[in-house]
Amino acid sequence: MRYLPKSPADREAMLKAIGARSIDDLFAPIPAEYRLNRDLKVPRQMAESEIVDWFRERSRENGEAYATFLGAGAYYHYRPVIIDSLISRGEFLTAYTPYQAEISQGTLQSIFEFQSMICELTGMEVANASMYDGSTAAAEAAMMACRVTGRHAVAIARSVHPEYREVLATYAHHQGMPLATVPFTDNGRVNLNELDKAITPDTACVLIQSPNFFGTIEDVAAIADIAHKHGAMLVVSIAEAVSLGIVEPPRQADIIAMEAQSFGVPLTFGGPYCGVIATREQYVRQMPGRLVGQTTDRNGKRGFVLTLATREQHIRREKATSNICTNQALIALMANIFMTIYGKVGLRELAKQNLAKAAYAAQQFGKHGKVLFSGAPRFNEFVVQTSEDPYAINGRILQHRIVGGLPLKKFYPELGNAALWCCTEVTTRAAIDTAVRSAAEGERMVKSVKEPADVQEVAR
Amino acid sequence: MKHVTRKATRHVNQNEGLIFEKSSPGKAAWKLPPLDVPEVDTAELLGSSERKDLGNMPEVSEIEIIRHFTRLSTWNYAIDLGMYPLGSCTMKYNPRVNEVVSRLDGLANGHPYQPEKVSQGALRILQTLSECLIEITGMDAITLQPAAGAHGELTGLLLVRAYHQSKGAPRKKILIPDSAHGTNPATAAMVGYAVENLKSNAQGMVDVAALASQMNEEVAALMLTNPNTLGIFEQEIHKIADIMHAKGGLLYMDGANMNALVGKVRPGDFGVDLMHLNLHKTFSTPHGGGGPGSGPVAIKKILEPFLPTPVVIAKPDGTLGFEYNRPQSVGRVRAFYGNFGMFVRALAYTLANGPDGLRQTTEDAVLNANYIRKGLEGVYDLPYATPTMHEVVFSDKVQAKKGVKTMDIAKRLIDYGFHPYTTAFPLIVPGALMIEPTESEPKEELDLFIEAMKSIAEEVEEDPQMVLAAPHTTRVSRLDETAAARKPVLRWKPA
Repeated sequence: MRYLPKSPADREAMLKAIGARSIDDLFAPIPAEYRLNRDLKVPRQMAESEIVDWFRERSRENGEAYATFLGAGAYYHYRPVIIDSLISRGEFLTAYTPYQAEISQGTLQSIFEFQSMICELTGMEVANASMYDGSTAAAEAAMMACRVTGRHAVAIARSVHPEYREVLATYAHHQGMPLATVPFTDNGRVNLNELDKAITPDTACVLIQSPNFFGTIEDVAAIADIAHKHGAMLVVSIAEAVSLGIVEPPRQADIIAMEAQSFGVPLTFGGPYCGVIATREQYVRQMPGRLVGQTTDRNGKRGFVLTLATREQHIRREKATSNICTNQALIALMANIFMTIYGKVGLRELAKQNLAKAAYAAQQFGKHGKVLFSGAPRFNEFVVQTSEDPYAINGRILQHRIVGGLPLKKFYPELGNAALWCCTEVTTRAAIDTAVRSAAEGERMVKSVKEPADVQEVAR
Repeated sequence: MKHVTRKATRHVNQNEGLIFEKSSPGKAAWKLPPLDVPEVDTAELLGSSERKDLGNMPEVSEIEIIRHFTRLSTWNYAIDLGMYPLGSCTMKYNPRVNEVVSRLDGLANGHPYQPEKVSQGALRILQTLSECLIEITGMDAITLQPAAGAHGELTGLLLVRAYHQSKGAPRKKILIPDSAHGTNPATAAMVGYAVENLKSNAQGMVDVAALASQMNEEVAALMLTNPNTLGIFEQEIHKIADIMHAKGGLLYMDGANMNALVGKVRPGDFGVDLMHLNLHKTFSTPHGGGGPGSGPVAIKKILEPFLPTPVVIAKPDGTLGFEYNRPQSVGRVRAFYGNFGMFVRALAYTLANGPDGLRQTTEDAVLNANYIRKGLEGVYDLPYATPTMHEVVFSDKVQAKKGVKTMDIAKRLIDYGFHPYTTAFPLIVPGALMIEPTESEPKEELDLFIEAMKSIAEEVEEDPQMVLAAPHTTRVSRLDETAAARKPVLRWKPA
C-alpha cells in the first residue's frame, strides 16, 4: 500500500522489539468472536490513475462546465487561482487546530486577520470562523441569544433560507425553544406588524436574513427597533457574503450569523462551507466556537493564541456554550485570501457587477413574466413568476448546458410558478438572453398549446 | 543546550506583519472583465441600503499576498513536515490525489440544487461512500450530513431521542465514561439529556458492574469511545451492549478511534446501535488547521426511519435521487447534504486502499503505537498496564517530582522537531501524555521520537529549568495566554 512507509523487514523488527510473535498478538484484546476473518467488501485497491479516471467520470456526470442561475445559499463566484496555490501548502493543509501556539503562528495570524476583516465588513466588534456553515451558524446564534437574554423563544422570518429554518427547528426541538414564523409582505420583506405581534416577553431574538432568501434587502433598522423595543436581540443571517461589498451591513444587529462561501469557497455540491458568528464585545463570553487573540511572548514579541477557551466543550463539558470543536480554518483561509485579493476597492466593484447583472436579468425577465417583490431593493437574486411551470422552462434551458433558477414550489407553494434566479459576475449576457428566450417561449406556448409532458422529467 | 536533536536544525524564516500593515491606497490584486450589461446607478437601485465605505479593508498586490501567506505558512508545523503524535486526533498522511479529484470541475463547481439529472456523479459518490462506510462499520444505514464529529454526536443523540420517543418517552439520561471527549457531555446537554458519569475500573475500562447498577429505564444511551481514550479496547463490549439492550437503552459509539479497528473488527458486530465516524481522522481528509471535518453517522436498521432528510435513493429508472418525504425524520442538521468535498477525499482514500490496504493501515497504526509504548516504558509512568491499540497514554508522575509537567515536556519536544502529543487528556490520568503516531510514520521517525522523549526525560533530571523554559528554537516563545484572555484583542485596529 503506497501510503504506508514500512518494509516487511521494518515490521518484523518492530514486532520483535515489542516482543510480539505476530501482528495478531497486538489485536488479542479484541475478543475472538468479533474479529473479522475476511476481507471487507469494498472495491479492490486502485492505482492513482484509476482513481483519477473514476472521479473524472463522476465529474462528467455532474453538470461539468454548465453555466448556472442557481444561488439560494450557495453562490458561483470566480475564485482567483492563488487561493488554491496558497491553501495547498502542506503547512496550512495538513496542520491541526492551533493549540500549540509556538508552532502554529501561521494559522493563528491568518484567523486573526479573518476575524478583523469580518469585523470591518459586518460592522461588528468580534467574529470567529468556527461554525460549520451559514445554517448551523444561524442556529448557534439563536442559542447564543437565549443564553444572553435568559429567554427561550425565537421569532424567525419566513424569508430566511428554508433549509436554515429547518436546521433551526431541529436544534430548537429539544431545547425548549418555541419558534414563531413571521410572514413576508408583497415587497418580499418581513411583515413588520406581524413581527411586532409575534414577539412575546420570552422572545430571545428575532432572526432574519438580509439579503433574504428572495434576494431582497430587509429594512434592518425598522426590524431592529421592533426587536429591541421588546427587549429581544436581533440576529441577522447573511448567506451571500459578496453583498457586503455594496449593501450596508446590518449594523443594528446584535449577532450576525454568516455564510462566507461566496468569498472564494468552491460550491462543491453544498460543502464544506464557512460559518461565521460576529457580535458585539459585550457578548463575547457567550459566543460558541474558537477565537484567536493577540498577545505577547516572554520577550514581548507579538503573537497569537486561541483564547477564551473556558466557554468551550473541552474545558466546560456539559456546561459549554456549544459542543462545537471545529474551527473552520482552511475554509476561513480561502475566505481570508479572497477578501485580501479584492480588498477595499475590489469587493465593491465585484458586488457592483453582481448588482448590474441581476438588474439586467430581472429587467429582461420582467418583459415575459412577473418579477415579484419589486418594491424593495435587492442584490443579486430575484424571483420570477411565470405562466409555465419553471421546471419546464429549465428543461429547455438545460439543453443549452445552462441550469435555470430554483423552482420555489417546494418551499413556497403560495408563490405558484415562481423561481429564484441568481446572477453573479460570472453570468454572461448571452446566458441571460438564452434563459429569457426560453421563458418567453413558455409564455407563448402556455397561451397557445398544451405543455409538453416530458420536459418536467428532464429538469427535476 | 546540551542535547542535540538529529531531526531538526534552526533555520532562518521571514518576519511578516499583519496584512493591514502592508496596505496602501491604489494597490490591487484584482481585475474584473468589462461588464457586458449596462452599468447601474447603485444609489437608484439600493437607496439608503447602499454601502459607501469598506472601512479598513486592505489594498495590496498579488505578489505581496503570495509572500504574506507563504511566510505565515512557514511558521506552522504540519504532517508534511513530520510526526504529529496528537493522541485522539489521528494526524495521518493526507493523500494528494484526494485534493486533485475534489477539484475536478463537475465536483468542485457542482451546485447543491442543480437538477438530479445532472447530479448523478455526485449522487454516485454519496452512494458509493455510504456503502463502503456501512460495510466497514458493520451497520445497516448511514447519514453523511453531519459536518464534523461533534455534529455527528448531535445527530446521533437526536436519533436516540426520536427512537425512544417512538417507544413512548425520550428517557432522561445519557451515560458517559469519565474518560470521554468533552464533546460527548456537551452534545448530550444540547439534546436535552442529563449527563451521568460512569467510572472506569482499575484496568481503564468501563466498570461493567457499575454500569449494570446505573443502567435503568431512564437511561437513553451509553456514549462509548472504543478503543477508549486510553487506547484500550473495551474487552467486555458485548456485556456492555447486553446491559444496555436489556433495559431498552442504546449503545452509541464515538468513532474517533476507528483507526484502530478498520478491517479487523466491526462495531456493528459487537452490539453498537449507532456511531459517528470522523472522516478527517480515519479517512485521511486534511485537518486544515482545525476544519473542515465530516462526521457521518452509521446506524442499525431500528434507527433508519429517523435519519435526517434527505437520503439518497435509487429510483425505478435506475438513476439516483434524494428522498425528502420521511415523516419520522429528526429533520435537517445542516443545509444541503453535508461536507461533500470531504466525501470525495474519503472515498478516494478508501479506493486507494482497498480491503487489504485498509487492514494493513490499521495493523501498522497499532504496531506503531505499541512500538512507542515499548520504547518509553520505564522512562515515563504508564498508569494503565492494559494492552493498548492505536494510542498510548503515559503520565508525568516521574517528571512532576522535578516540577516538570506534561505541557513542559510537550513544549520541549518542539525543540526536537516534533509536534507535541496531546496533553492533560484523558482527564482520568493526571498529567497525561497521550501519544498516537498513526500508520503514517516510518520506523526511522518513531526511533527519533523515542530518542527525543528519552533525551527530554534525562534533561528533566539534569536541568529542569531548561525544560520549563522550552521551546527555545521557535520564532515566538511561550505566549501569555492569561493576558490574552483577560483583555481580549480579537481584531486589528489602526493605530
